[in-house]
Amino acid sequence: MSIDEGTAAKVAKLARIKVEDDALPALAEEFNTILGFIEQLNEVDVDGVEPMTSVTPMKLKRREDVVTDGDQQDKVLANAPDAREGFFAVPKVVE
Amino acid sequence: MSDLTKLTIAGARDALRKGDVTSLELTEACLSAIDGADALNAFVHKTPEIARERAKAADARIKAGDAPDMCGIPVGIKDLFCTKGVDSQAASRILEGFKPEYESTVSQNLVDAGAVMLGKLNMDEFAMGSSNETSAYGNAVNPWRREGDDTQLTPGGSSGGSAAAVAADLCLAATGTDTGGSIRQPAAFTGTVGIKPTYGRCSRWGVVAFASSLDQAGPMTKDVRDAAIMLQAMCSHDAKDSTSVDFPVPDFEAALTGDIKGKTIGIPKEYHMDGMPQEIEDLWTRGKEMLADAGAKIVDISLPHTKYALPAYYVIAPAEASSNLARYDGVRFGHRAKLAQGDGITEMYEKTRAEGFGAEVQRRVMVGTYVLSAGFYDAYYNRARKVRALIKKDFEDVFAQGVDAILTPATPSSAFGLGEMKDADPVKMYLNDVFTVTVNLAGLPGIAVPAGLDSKGLPLGLQLIGRPWEEGDLLNTAYALEKAAGFVAKPAKWW
Repeated sequence: MSIDEGTAAKVAKLARIKVEDDALPALAEEFNTILGFIEQLNEVDVDGVEPMTSVTPMKLKRREDVVTDGDQQDKVLANAPDAREGFFAVPKVVE
Repeated sequence: MSDLTKLTIAGARDALRKGDVTSLELTEACLSAIDGADALNAFVHKTPEIARERAKAADARIKAGDAPDMCGIPVGIKDLFCTKGVDSQAASRILEGFKPEYESTVSQNLVDAGAVMLGKLNMDEFAMGSSNETSAYGNAVNPWRREGDDTQLTPGGSSGGSAAAVAADLCLAATGTDTGGSIRQPAAFTGTVGIKPTYGRCSRWGVVAFASSLDQAGPMTKDVRDAAIMLQAMCSHDAKDSTSVDFPVPDFEAALTGDIKGKTIGIPKEYHMDGMPQEIEDLWTRGKEMLADAGAKIVDISLPHTKYALPAYYVIAPAEASSNLARYDGVRFGHRAKLAQGDGITEMYEKTRAEGFGAEVQRRVMVGTYVLSAGFYDAYYNRARKVRALIKKDFEDVFAQGVDAILTPATPSSAFGLGEMKDADPVKMYLNDVFTVTVNLAGLPGIAVPAGLDSKGLPLGLQLIGRPWEEGDLLNTAYALEKAAGFVAKPAKWW
């Protein structure tokens, strides 16, 4: 498995991280080093093994389906880079 | 006054209760030590007003005669913990200026126990790193130096600021977090004690998430007794973390009898790595002898999938990180990039994340994105989770054979020089976690105990791995090892 610049660009796009074109070759090379290391996992016989979903075998707790907090708009917005009129403000989302 | 900062938690607790010292005096001594140690870059946000206020409250509580063990004890808090009204940015530019409106459960437990927060501690960005060099604050520096050599060394990572601060006596103890070795490796590099409890012991609520199935908080302290005291204060069941376990928290300090007669200690043959320095092998052998002399039975064991732990980790941890770090989008908190004319929301995300995340974080988020992407999910992510199940089974098998704890080296080397790994490929840095990462994958408790100095005069640590939920027993074995090793060395002050 070898990652080319096109794949690196696609991954950067999926991850929503801007990578300049001239940085792509180095990025692809790093991916290949890391994935080369990960490839070792192919040596392991995993037939019939269930993928781990929880490291501690326990049932997740349930609680009543009720509202337990809320009514703190000012706190929710306190750290926003751009909050206006009680909302998060963002650049245009649709054309 | 300066000797006050050298106290252990247990020593300070006893002195506070006897009235020999006040929390305010202890706190002032630590605050002066912190101000004199900027060269270590361990404390990145100092909170002297909060510290003094809590110290006064602790003194009142101690006077009233009903104070818990941690009451009045000055501690540092890793920057990964959200602390109400205090900068909490996980050493990342993307969380610059973030002041949470809430307190993490672990740090709240410490507040409730009367502990005094001195400030926030340096770390690798989002806890991704083994040398503290990925921090947006610049790296913390290890107070230890090689004999006759003033090269600056790494305190390890990711909890490097915590380790440096405890080793340099800037605080009595500190919180750390451990996803692949981030408590135990820095503890080993600085001659301090660090324990990662069983997954689920400490609530993850309010701790900035890296890899949720691996992350655990734990204490970093000057000795094993302090680790027991502080861990107990940090643990609790928490309805706000669905993976937090609803078991009673035992009295860990009461477990420290030092008697390990009849205990079975396993020595895993797979931890003999090619190219491991002879000094590490020798230390491991000495550790074995010390536990045998204390009455433990030493047995050779096999954990056959050990070799695959690091590659499995470097699928699972980035995968979870890519999901957890999706929240940093420039909308709700932290940094937002300046936008060009006509930029829409996608450009805002992409520019914000490119500016806000450092190189290692970007790398891991993208690797995680790749292994989770359509077509590769089974080949990478599902395969890694299957291998993880096998790694956990390795441990279950040896515990079923009657092994009480497993002894290994904590790290493959002593602290290395800052910048020494600059040109190495990322995988080389990942090898630092080779002995610690299995423990996170299996959800087990693990502790690093300082056990000796290498030929350059730097501390080396041994790791003990315990059965799930048996931190008390593990701490007791660590206590016996600590007593036998008799490690008392301290770094010579140069800062």
